[in-house]
Amino acid sequence: MTRYILQRLVESAVVLLIMSFVIYGLIGLMPGDPIDLMVSADPDLTPADAERLRALYGLDRPILERYLNWLGAALSGDIGYSRIHARPVMAVLLPALANTVWLMGLSFALALAIALPAGILAALRPRSAVDNAINLLAFAGISIPPFWLAILLIILFAVILGWLPAGGMGGGGLGSAIAHLALPVATLTLVTVGGIVRFVRAAMMEALRQDYVRTAQAKGLSARQVVLGHALRNAMIPVVTVLALNFGTLFSGALITETMFGWLGMGKTIYDAIMGNDFNLALVGLLFATLTTLLANLAADVTYAWLDPRISYK
Amino acid sequence: MSGGQMSDGQMSGGEKFDLTAGAAYAAGPPQTVRAILWRRFLRHRLAVASLIVLALLVLAALAAPLAEAAFGLDATRVSLLERFQPPSARHWLGTDELGRDLLLRLLYGGRVSLLVGLAAAFCAALIGTALGLLAGYYGGTLDALLMRLADGVIALPLLPLLIVLAAVDLTKLGLPAALATSEDVSFYRIVILISIVGWTTVARLVRGATLTMRTREFVRAAEALGARAPRIMLVHILPNVVSPIIVATTLSAGGIILLESVLSFLGLGIQPPIASWGNMLTGAQELIWSDPALAVWPGLLIFVTVIAFNFLGDGLQDALDPRAIQE
Repeated sequence: MTRYILQRLVESAVVLLIMSFVIYGLIGLMPGDPIDLMVSADPDLTPADAERLRALYGLDRPILERYLNWLGAALSGDIGYSRIHARPVMAVLLPALANTVWLMGLSFALALAIALPAGILAALRPRSAVDNAINLLAFAGISIPPFWLAILLIILFAVILGWLPAGGMGGGGLGSAIAHLALPVATLTLVTVGGIVRFVRAAMMEALRQDYVRTAQAKGLSARQVVLGHALRNAMIPVVTVLALNFGTLFSGALITETMFGWLGMGKTIYDAIMGNDFNLALVGLLFATLTTLLANLAADVTYAWLDPRISYK
Repeated sequence: MSGGQMSDGQMSGGEKFDLTAGAAYAAGPPQTVRAILWRRFLRHRLAVASLIVLALLVLAALAAPLAEAAFGLDATRVSLLERFQPPSARHWLGTDELGRDLLLRLLYGGRVSLLVGLAAAFCAALIGTALGLLAGYYGGTLDALLMRLADGVIALPLLPLLIVLAAVDLTKLGLPAALATSEDVSFYRIVILISIVGWTTVARLVRGATLTMRTREFVRAAEALGARAPRIMLVHILPNVVSPIIVATTLSAGGIILLESVLSFLGLGIQPPIASWGNMLTGAQELIWSDPALAVWPGLLIFVTVIAFNFLGDGLQDALDPRAIQE
């Protein structure tokens, strides 16, 4: 097991290294560069000055050389400053990460709490009215544009009813935090839950078809024991994997939700950085998101191996 | 490529045994596979309704210039004196923040959104089919490599990466400035971007189907007769993996339209003044206090289109699944 985890860690590190080069290259292809921003901020700078500054900061070097320089500095702990926030990148990203963890964690827990019973219920009576209704709602959740759902919720709860704030972080206090989290969490939950219901339903239907379920029924176990003790436990194996593999999707959903509600999480920070030409923050933020996703995938594989004794670690 | 034409019988040649072995065969009068599939599809009422809805949406979008002429309006004309008008006989859905007719903008936006969705779904299916055939047929290292690539694309936080890709300055890639800044470029850019990330589902399904097909007798026979790999893949395997391709493409079209709307909404997809359902919502967030209807209509159309594609895909999956045919 240890060896398997180590091997996967090395693989993830390689993927991260490749992604760091890809993202570094892409950021370099975005419009403008830091010197352009200095020029536009200071009309006294002549084009000759700009060229000198480019040479001074090494921006005229080939991309591979610049990347290696950046990589060396990053590995020795120097990942630089954010232009918009005028603070070290880490000082911007860590609080944002905490905010995202709250948003994603709550939404994910809520989505699971809804999706598990709903998925099981649907799988127990395929093609029944209950199954059809759950299926319809699940498809609606998958198909709704997240940003539009956010707008609808704002119109209903902030504009018409006036119960909840339309966005922002709230200032201290538990009540304010809950009020400001309510709509973002509702949005992210609703766009996530449909997919999970479909996974749970499919996995449960597959599990309920298996011989061990018939055996369990034949030896006189109650329906509850058969469904929860035998079918669900086995159905959870693929579900857990799919869920962890969908971490990237959840993060994409969080980006839209955070942008819509002005929730200062990783997604909004990265989006603002890209739109505001904060090259360094965008680069590190994207790498951070990639790293988190890779770790989630690693956790999924390890959990899978741990849950299912039939899988060997090679 | 004389044998490449896909006739009906050939198209489901591999599945024929599965299909006719069941109850359908005993039903009496001879039935074509197509008739059986069509009947099975019609049983899925939501899918049939979705097909009708999609057809109507496409027709409405195609009829945009006709509607423009019938109303005697110009969809692009900005009129600051006619902003935020309520629905009227002249403007059925009212006007937007620049005084443009909302209904006409929705129809023209639908053209772009539907076209992006269908074009990107088609390109993604093309890439996915090619890679899936190669991975499934050759197996081994190539298979492992391509499937790991698919895993990677699925697992990555795609939206932030797509945002960076959409922000890339094309002139820095050596494209002529006139081309890189032209109005149409945002259309091609988004179709290409979405195809790059959208091929994975089709690739996986085609790979799986190819794996089972390549051990079938008729493929073995073709190999024994000396057919070369490209011919076997295109003439013998491809016609038999059409079902999963159709299902996956339909299902992915919904997701792709959703993705286009998100990117356009964030200001990185289709660029104004060209309308798309996504970018019509870009300014709507500020307008919800003054005119919520502007925020409702484009989103509703995206929602209806996406859910229709998903129901349609679900129905096709049920109809084309050979395992379910004997129920």
